[in-house]
Amino acid sequence: MPVKVPDPHRDSEPPYLYPDYRASVRRAPGLELVRLPPEWFHELPGPVFGRVPVHPEDADLTLQHEGRPLGERIIVSGRVMDGDGRPVRHTLVEVWQANAAGRYVDPMDDHPAPLDPNFTGAGRCLTDGEGRYRFVTVKPGAYPWRNHDNAWRPAHIHFSLFGPSLDSRLVTQMYFPGDPLIPLDPILQSIPDQRGRDLLVAALDLELTEPEWALGYRWDITLRGRKATPREP
Amino acid sequence: MVARPRLESLRLGEHRIPTPSQTVGPFFGYALPFVDGHVAASGQEAMRIEGRLLDGAGEPVPDGLVEVWGGQQFARCRTDSEGVFQFTVVKPAAGVEAPHLDVTIFARGLLRHLATRIYFPDEVTANANDRIFNLIDPARRDTLIAHSEGAVLRFDIRLQGESETVFFAL
Repeated sequence: MPVKVPDPHRDSEPPYLYPDYRASVRRAPGLELVRLPPEWFHELPGPVFGRVPVHPEDADLTLQHEGRPLGERIIVSGRVMDGDGRPVRHTLVEVWQANAAGRYVDPMDDHPAPLDPNFTGAGRCLTDGEGRYRFVTVKPGAYPWRNHDNAWRPAHIHFSLFGPSLDSRLVTQMYFPGDPLIPLDPILQSIPDQRGRDLLVAALDLELTEPEWALGYRWDITLRGRKATPREP
Repeated sequence: MVARPRLESLRLGEHRIPTPSQTVGPFFGYALPFVDGHVAASGQEAMRIEGRLLDGAGEPVPDGLVEVWGGQQFARCRTDSEGVFQFTVVKPAAGVEAPHLDVTIFARGLLRHLATRIYFPDEVTANANDRIFNLIDPARRDTLIAHSEGAVLRFDIRLQGESETVFFAL
């Protein structure tokens, strides 16, 4: 009988249909996705995000209002790389998150936790010449959702990245180390392989930490992309 | 003999595991849309594309995000309470393939985004010769062609069920 060997490359992506995440049941495609010959990816154009406005002040989410937001000030920084570890330079990184009380500015969020007049929770930046990004923000709070009885999302920051090619587009979430809600969260647990799940958890980093000011969390991102990184067959 | 897993770490020295995808969630509406994000072109050649994002029950998806790009254009539109999205673009020139727009779809409930294409109804010959078009089951090709409705091109996206849109593995 064949033994199923875990393959983190294959098992590090969530499936479309994951019934424990209820919203996937009616939204996951039911038919097989159409595969394109991999060599065609070299010829297909990548996204052009140049119209999305990016200002230097967008990278500090604590300075977007008159006063300073409540909560634990943090620095989140890392490198964006391709599959060979080469930097992805000057690519757009967008983030959004709940405030320290676990509430989003978004009008669709009806969680009865306070809004913070000094925090919107949205930021943008471009990676530098070495693929690095850096945001200053406050640590988001956990919040309840209605997926199942007594369901709570672990604290997380949403990330959106473009990268160089059609298949490098990525929207994902960064989690915080040691969060006891992580094993209970169907969105994160939908990723079959532990190594894949671990890739979404940032590391506390004292090098990034600014003493007497803000804790630093390091989170590196690897984009797929056959254009940037031809894969072995 | 006991089967032993391959030492993946050796291979990973060369190819890092890509950071996994997670859903865009329901609360991106104040963060990702930008002013006139859905308008990528203006002038005489510009055309409006409008459609609805629908789930497996045929219900509108009111918290979706649809992006299109093609011919150096990029546009982003959040769906409204009826699941409607719209773009103003010009038809990209034909290249190796027939003129088309690449489409990326994000929504709560989608743990990974979806990719599809919009082809144009007045490009019958180019569409018929398109290499990607020809990979697709002929019965499903229609889901990738926008339809003229007066001055507007209509392109609905069905995530699941009857007339499910063709999506591409990336």
